[in-house]
Amino acid sequence: MKKLLALVMAAMMLLSVTAVLAEDASIKIAVIGPFTGPAANYGLACQYGAQVAADEINAQGGMQIELICVDDEHDPEKSVNAYTYAMDKGAQMIAGTTTTSPCLAVSAQAYEDRVFMLTPSASSDLVVADKDNMYQICFQDPQMGIIPADMIAEKKLGTKIAIIYNISDDYSTGIYEAFKAEAEKVGLEIVSVTTFTEGDTDYKTQVDKAMTAGADLVFLPIYYTPASMILRAAKDINYAPVFFGVDGMDGILALENFDASLAEGVILLTPFSAFDTDETVVNFVEKYTAVSDGVVPNQFGADAYDAVGALYQACVNAGITGDTAAEDACELLIDQFSTMEYTGLTGTMQWDETGAVNKLPAAYVIQDGAYVPLDK
Amino acid sequence: MTAFLRFLINGVSLGSVYAIIALGYTMVYGIAKMLNFAHGDVIMVGAYISYCGMQYWGVPPVASILTAMVVCTVLGITIEGLAYRPLRQAASLAVLITAIGMSYLLQNVALMIWGANPKTFPQTFINGASLNVGDMSISSATIITILANVLIMVALTLFTAKTKMGKAMRCVSEDRGAAELMGINVNRTISVTFAIGSALAAIAGVLLCSSYPILQPTTGSMPGIKAFTAAVFGGIGSIPGAMLGGVLLGVIEIFGKAYISTELGDAIVFAVLIVVLLVKPSGLLGKPMREKV
Repeated sequence: MKKLLALVMAAMMLLSVTAVLAEDASIKIAVIGPFTGPAANYGLACQYGAQVAADEINAQGGMQIELICVDDEHDPEKSVNAYTYAMDKGAQMIAGTTTTSPCLAVSAQAYEDRVFMLTPSASSDLVVADKDNMYQICFQDPQMGIIPADMIAEKKLGTKIAIIYNISDDYSTGIYEAFKAEAEKVGLEIVSVTTFTEGDTDYKTQVDKAMTAGADLVFLPIYYTPASMILRAAKDINYAPVFFGVDGMDGILALENFDASLAEGVILLTPFSAFDTDETVVNFVEKYTAVSDGVVPNQFGADAYDAVGALYQACVNAGITGDTAAEDACELLIDQFSTMEYTGLTGTMQWDETGAVNKLPAAYVIQDGAYVPLDK
Repeated sequence: MTAFLRFLINGVSLGSVYAIIALGYTMVYGIAKMLNFAHGDVIMVGAYISYCGMQYWGVPPVASILTAMVVCTVLGITIEGLAYRPLRQAASLAVLITAIGMSYLLQNVALMIWGANPKTFPQTFINGASLNVGDMSISSATIITILANVLIMVALTLFTAKTKMGKAMRCVSEDRGAAELMGINVNRTISVTFAIGSALAAIAGVLLCSSYPILQPTTGSMPGIKAFTAAVFGGIGSIPGAMLGGVLLGVIEIFGKAYISTELGDAIVFAVLIVVLLVKPSGLLGKPMREKV
């Protein structure tokens, strides 16, 4: 009797072990970003984008993905805690983190622990510097400064340039510095440089100074929320230069109740346009708005979608499963990413040995509340 | 010269928004002797309610502002009753920390209800035709904000000077213990103070967003801090002081940005504050406090 009981018990244990194994077969990807707090719209966009990608992959059958989404409130310390939490939950790789300063903190830790990271949106070049396990989906800040300067000079979009940037933000400052250096090289005249900080309410002074200096093009290496205030302030004083934004400008038309006529003629540089009529984009926008409660995706959502997609492709190619240890997965993924090519929503990407992405940005101009390619 | 005047107008316009927020701070501080750090966030709630009124419920702007005032009044009384009243006898540090906690609570609840994506505040009667003098224009939002400031300032001064409740407030402000002994219901007086302060916050929220039309859960926090500075600058507890402090702060901020450097705008504001407090510790119009022995 005892023997039988032992046998039954042993069989049950074996069953439960296999049950656990079967459950664990999905690849666990941690998505870390600010889902609450002042930067929440970027973190949530990444979460939704990653969710859409995971749902699509899981619906195809085959190897499954499980996302572990953890909030870091755009705080470096909380981000490291979020990372530790996700690793405890069995994460094998990180699709994150969303914002730059937390990403610097987490990537330092992940480098020590040998955990592979692919950030959809932390765009500073410092994020990937000296870390072989850290890759980016988004453009690096310097590129977002160099490309516009070349474009303005080449297409003669403006002769006297004013710049308004956010001095409290790495992203904005990084682009400004690269733009300034490149502008000198290509012979653009910068007549006014003004700044603001996070949470400022008044932008009239900066716009006024640009106007007084006689600028005919205002370069805005900033996010769309302050940009919308700048466009309003310019309208109030009847100042109508060419406004040139970068990828942070993407999303301005999705601002609730925004008067799209203010953005008429604004040029922006972005790898992704929700207005694209391409089938994959239309499909993505539809699924994204279903999870985001109607908010139209911007580049953050698209970049996170591509991050999960690229990780999945690399896992399949390298034979990584839900049972692969994070350290082993890290080395396999580094091999994959340094050689592979991935085509996603934001274009066809390859990565150089530093982890920076190589893809093409497109310039759009806003006309009648939609993006139109600049050259058409 | 015209640039100078333009900057001056911008400064007064920004300052009048600070002033109207500072009135709420100073009112609550003057009477309840506590810093209500959640004031900036009540402003944000007020702005959201009137936004919802106009955009989703289809009520006219004036009605939406009134709704916001009612909601904020209820919110103010609730916050005071639930979070601050139980701490009436506690150390002032505990109350301060509770107020900061309340501020974050409101921000995060707003994030849950209205989401993280910023909303653009609609243009209403407040953004009517602007007044043109020569080649300068003063926006109607600025004029309305200044008028509202003056009106509220006069009303509050009369209220505290003439009415029974106003007199009770001044008593509580001067000596809470003695007021209680004289038969004044201290708790009710403080509740009324919060009710008035929060109703003002709703108006401030609408005016802030009419001039600077981005509405998100953090909208109230930075202007709240600046307005608090303005209240200290003008002499916290003093109603005309809040107005003077607010307008001066706005003008200094804009001039600092315009003529010295946009990077140093805030630094200049706070440097001036430090200098004023060194010379006159109770603020521009504040009464010096006598320590009772």
